[in-house]
Amino acid sequence: MNSSKNIYEKELLVKSTTDNLALIREFTRNSAADCGFSDETIGKIILAVDEACTNIIKHAYKYSPEGNIFLAVKFEERKFFISITDEGKHFDPANVPEPDLVQYYKQKRAGGLGMFLIKKLMDEVNYSTLSGNKNQVVLVKYLS
Amino acid sequence: MADFNVNLRGVGSVSVIDVKGYLDAHTAPELENVFNKLLDDRQFKVVVNFDELKYISSAGLGVFMAYVETMRENSGDIKFSNMKENVYNIFDLLGFPILYEFFKDEKEALQKFDSLG
Repeated sequence: MNSSKNIYEKELLVKSTTDNLALIREFTRNSAADCGFSDETIGKIILAVDEACTNIIKHAYKYSPEGNIFLAVKFEERKFFISITDEGKHFDPANVPEPDLVQYYKQKRAGGLGMFLIKKLMDEVNYSTLSGNKNQVVLVKYLS
Repeated sequence: MADFNVNLRGVGSVSVIDVKGYLDAHTAPELENVFNKLLDDRQFKVVVNFDELKYISSAGLGVFMAYVETMRENSGDIKFSNMKENVYNIFDLLGFPILYEFFKDEKEALQKFDSLG
């Protein structure tokens, strides 16, 4: 905790492999716990971050293990921000339709569930493109 | 760290899959392998026992979506049992209770298959 500004900040840089998801979840758990969230809310934040990173590994880097995933946590004015940045293929979240489970059932597929979960689990979700061809999603949870 | 374990056992004509630990994009292929083996063996009646599953992400949920229709086309099904509340909540959030049957105990899920013959 940075006591002079009363802002909590923490960072993690990992390669884009699915075996790093456990590490990403642990980082998220510890950060959210440090900021005082309940176990139930910590569970929601962890799942949202897992889903966002899984999407990056799958879609932005197409399972190439050499990509970087950079996570930065900030807790300020009772808001928990976790930004997740990658340098992979850009995608437009507006082009991802809401999942329809009955349609998926018929088509034997299940895409888009992750993005839908992220939206349901967090208070704010903001996708953006940064300079240097970087993509960023910022997930926000309010501490009630 | 991310430990996941999957075990397959037969109870009468039903295959029971025990899942344990953390089911995510890294570990979901292990579960897919078990479902592929069931299809190879033409075993279509499946109960998944979640008693020791601590965590699931959409990659895990996607596995059940991918196989359930094939099981049903062959007079089988995938039924769920012994799910912890935090895991059930994720299934619920995505609307799974419309398409799948959930049971408190494995025994109840097995009985449901028996009662259908």
